[in-house]
Amino acid sequence: MKKRIKRIKSKANFMRRAIIEMLAEAGSGHPGGSLSAADIIACLYFDIMRHNPKDPEWNKRDRFHLSKGHCCPALYAALGLSGYFPPAEFKNLRKVGALLQGHPDRRTPGVEVASGSLGQGLSVALGMALAGRLDKKDYRVYCLTGDGEIQEGNIWEAAMAAAHFKVDNLCAIVDFNGFQIDGRTEEIMNLEPLVNKWESFGWHVIQCDGHNIEELLYAFGQAQSIKMKPTVIIARTVKGKGVSFMEHVVDFHGRAPVEKEKEIALDELRDIERDERNL
Amino acid sequence: MDKLYARDIYGKVLIELGKKDPDLVVVDSDLSGSTRTARFGKEFPERFFNFGVAEQNMMATAAGLARCGKVVFASTFAMFATARAFDQVRNTISYSNLDVKIVATHGGITVGEDGASHQAIEDINLFRAIPNMKIIIPADAPEAKEAILAAYKTKGPFYIRLGRSKVPSLEKRKKFSLGKGYLLRKGEDVAIISCGIMVKASLDAAEILKEQGISASVANIHTIKPPDKDLIIELAKTHKKIVVCEEHQTIGGLYSTVAEILINEYPLEVEKIGIENRFGQSGSPNELLKYYGLTADNIAKKTKKFLQK
Repeated sequence: MKKRIKRIKSKANFMRRAIIEMLAEAGSGHPGGSLSAADIIACLYFDIMRHNPKDPEWNKRDRFHLSKGHCCPALYAALGLSGYFPPAEFKNLRKVGALLQGHPDRRTPGVEVASGSLGQGLSVALGMALAGRLDKKDYRVYCLTGDGEIQEGNIWEAAMAAAHFKVDNLCAIVDFNGFQIDGRTEEIMNLEPLVNKWESFGWHVIQCDGHNIEELLYAFGQAQSIKMKPTVIIARTVKGKGVSFMEHVVDFHGRAPVEKEKEIALDELRDIERDERNL
Repeated sequence: MDKLYARDIYGKVLIELGKKDPDLVVVDSDLSGSTRTARFGKEFPERFFNFGVAEQNMMATAAGLARCGKVVFASTFAMFATARAFDQVRNTISYSNLDVKIVATHGGITVGEDGASHQAIEDINLFRAIPNMKIIIPADAPEAKEAILAAYKTKGPFYIRLGRSKVPSLEKRKKFSLGKGYLLRKGEDVAIISCGIMVKASLDAAEILKEQGISASVANIHTIKPPDKDLIIELAKTHKKIVVCEEHQTIGGLYSTVAEILINEYPLEVEKIGIENRFGQSGSPNELLKYYGLTADNIAKKTKKFLQK
């Protein structure tokens, strides 16, 4: 277990550095939520999910859908590191004709369906889960949403339907970092009591620390064992996680680091990587 | 003359297709009785999903099903398919070019008594601007059947608009070919270009005009997108003027489609007959068609006046 966790942590750290580098190069984008989601996505792509980067359309693959599409740098980092495309593509993020668009687009190998307009992804994931059930395939579908995102009504339509259809191959993860672009979620549009909301919609709810790999792996494991209902993992996270001056700072929801900030951020992340390796 | 509900035909076609294709899935949002998808639901309960009154979820879920190899037919009223779920159709279905065939019923003013909130008269305008989306307004029930089969066989998203009411079947109809309009009547003075139920009204108008010494062609442009550019240009070249009729706002529908093509390719005067920047209202379908000027009499009257201008 220790080795497993260490491996995922190392991947997540690489992802964070890639996120910082690609956003600094692009000059725009969303570091805060990309960094808060990095550990969740690392667990999925480097441990939990059954997938084959050499064959993105492999029909037995587990599906991942990034409903909070603006945090695609985290997804791109995981896909590039997995081998879906060369990491050299990172530097072209958000440029004309690039493989890596500002929000997920199907041109990118490994992206299932485009996203970006918030609130629709849980429905997309539900559709994939229903298709899997119809086809009697045992793949699972993972859908990562933001916390501000679940203010969208479409999310709750999907939540109601997933429970109604008793879909148990679907696992939603809420990246609950407590911030949205205009400020704290509790001030902009309060989500609490969030656990009760999902439970009352008929979901199995697991709460965990979204940066604790062991807790995340345990949560995903438990989700697989829940039958006849969908599971949501409410992952408490820190916006901007891993870069001291970005943590809990709403400004970095939608602002890329400038060159100097990039260097400091990369230094900090390298320090974390070194400390973890030496543990 | 046969008068049929296009939506009845739709319900039957779905069952035919469903028998042949195990990957065909149908979704609806609490209007399955009206859209006739309920029949498919009875026949194939495991492949039918009723999402309740939640069109946005229905459309985005359809996208997920389609991404996993299903051909999804999604139905509700035209108003909710296009207006309520626009974002889901634009950003999730069409942007990812997924196999979702939106067959909406209750399009246009002939919804009747339910009134303006249920009369989609800007649906074509909304969807026409979406890349990858193909749009068909069948003129009658047999054409609806062929259009649905064409959409089933063709990759990517479709919007097929059906009406609520029974429609008379055209006597001289050509087999449906996606993106290919056709002439139903050949004349010399003016070409009337129509779609949907206005095709029959235009044919009747041409009869009236004939008695008044005016020779009118009538063309059925069932595929609004991609439009039959060649036929539209050919009609412009071979007639003095063009009249476009549609059960839709004159903003962004068939008239706009024709005008956009001709302004660059062969500019000439084009008259529009449709709903002029107004909402609908309650009334019987026939009363409403009369009120909004969508009758053979009015088409003939306006065409004559237009030719004399």
